[in-house]
Amino acid sequence: MSTRKKLVWGLGGALIVVYCLFPIAWIVSVSFKAPSDLANGSFLPTELTWQNYDLILFGGASDLFLPALVNSFGICLIATAISCLLAMFAAYAIARLDFPGKKLILSTALAVAIFPVISIVTPLFNLWRNIGLYDTWPGLIIPYLSLTLPISIWTMSAFFREIPWEMEQAAQVDGATTWQAFRKVIVPLAAPGVFTTAIIAFFIAWNDFIYGISLTSTEAARPVPAALGLFTGASQFEEPTGAISAAAVIVTIPVVVLVLLFQRRIVAGLTNGAVKG
Amino acid sequence: MTTTTLPPGKKTEPVSAPDKGITDRARSERKLGWLLAGPAFAVMLLVTAYPILQATYESLFDYRLTDPENRSFVGLTNYWVILTDSLWWESIGVTAFITLVTVAVELVLGFGLALVMVKALRALRPVLRAAILIPYAVITVVSAFAWQFAFDINSGFVNSWFTWLPGVAADTDWFGDRWTAILVICLAEIWKTTPFISLLLLAGLAQVPEVLQEAAKVDGATRWQRMWRVTIPNMKAAIMVALLFRTLDAFRVFDTIFIMTNGANGTESVSFLAYRQTIARLEIGLGSAVSVLLFLCVVAIAFSFIKLFKVDLAQARGE
Repeated sequence: MSTRKKLVWGLGGALIVVYCLFPIAWIVSVSFKAPSDLANGSFLPTELTWQNYDLILFGGASDLFLPALVNSFGICLIATAISCLLAMFAAYAIARLDFPGKKLILSTALAVAIFPVISIVTPLFNLWRNIGLYDTWPGLIIPYLSLTLPISIWTMSAFFREIPWEMEQAAQVDGATTWQAFRKVIVPLAAPGVFTTAIIAFFIAWNDFIYGISLTSTEAARPVPAALGLFTGASQFEEPTGAISAAAVIVTIPVVVLVLLFQRRIVAGLTNGAVKG
Repeated sequence: MTTTTLPPGKKTEPVSAPDKGITDRARSERKLGWLLAGPAFAVMLLVTAYPILQATYESLFDYRLTDPENRSFVGLTNYWVILTDSLWWESIGVTAFITLVTVAVELVLGFGLALVMVKALRALRPVLRAAILIPYAVITVVSAFAWQFAFDINSGFVNSWFTWLPGVAADTDWFGDRWTAILVICLAEIWKTTPFISLLLLAGLAQVPEVLQEAAKVDGATRWQRMWRVTIPNMKAAIMVALLFRTLDAFRVFDTIFIMTNGANGTESVSFLAYRQTIARLEIGLGSAVSVLLFLCVVAIAFSFIKLFKVDLAQARGE
């Protein structure tokens, strides 16, 4: 490639990075602005201040934010774990066994994935109130499975199809027991796929908003996105902009860390699941 | 227009036991298959099929939670009420508009991003990949807030940065008017979801056979001709899958609207209408009917994609 071409594509790349990071840089900047600084119309704060973080972590807004953070982590991790476990068995069967209904399971997963969430919320709202699941952790974990399970099945079976399963027999021929062959050969081959699927499922659960605002009412189960959506200022005269930004930055940190650590795998998982299935 | 694609490769059919005279081994494999996949299948049905059936049932009643004693069967009246109300048609219009605009822009923009990622230097690729995953992974609510604050009349910087544009002044209230509010909603949605499309298109680009590009080059095809006659026809499957997923996703738009305008100034989407009827107004009957109608819309879109555009997921999977 000529130097000029390199420069053009390099410039294109730089534009992409700016495009992707600009809104994030902006919300980080707002989170460091003092209230007096908010309306000055500039991108950067005139003076850095931690007071917004102080407010949501230790101050008046911490009662709303900290329980929500715990709820979000707990509910999303449990929903991810359950759907990965269920998907692991299903994906193994789809990738390795010959049985009628494989297509049915994959198309059901696809149908569930495109299901409008609001159509599930309406009946659950009423049902959960009647059976006492409203505003509880299980009351969110169960509907979260509708978000995380289809993509887990789809992504994991794409990964499992690429595992050279003959290696298991080869190990057994070489004298390994069935358990050894499974533990030493299959588990290391399958683990990356399971792990990547778990990250993608976690992202999706972490992003939920509709279930969060509809099926909870207190800090007993309300996750972070819902808490953010219902956030109001300390008094009615105070705009909660700074506090919301600080909270937004804090909930963005875990996903950014996951992206930076596992970007290659996440891309493989996303495209395998959708294009290769 | 002539397009150039490779003939489909010979398919190797999976060897499966014939139905009659099924061996014990095959039978036990089937049993194990359903034993392993059954729980996941059952859970999926439980969390979607059951609620939609329940919603369909409840949509036939005049039923509000504030007045549960007076629940009465009204047949299809709720659907009639909704379909003759301008609110429904307005929300359909808003949803369709947002869907069309965002998906069209995302497809073009996503294709551009994918091309840059293919051509960019090897050393740059991990940086681009990480950057492009950030909008995908960020919570929609956070993205909505970031864009809302940027355009906000008090806390935003857009008004002071873009005063040179016609129609933008220091006191432009973006969320006070229907179309400017929808514009900002679209911008936030496009920013958040273009990366997903570009990753799917990138995978599609990788599937275009290099030999075809070379052959076209030798035959003297221009860059533009190669793009339209070779690259795009060969990644049609990937494009269609990306379109299908994004269209259905865009049609369910809710989070961004909730944060930015709360449905004010005629920015209510269909999902938002269903939410407001059920959760805010506790009109279970009417809300259920809107939910069922939304579900039917999504089914209709998916069906027409598969029938009209012949989206073949098996083909897209390279089988």
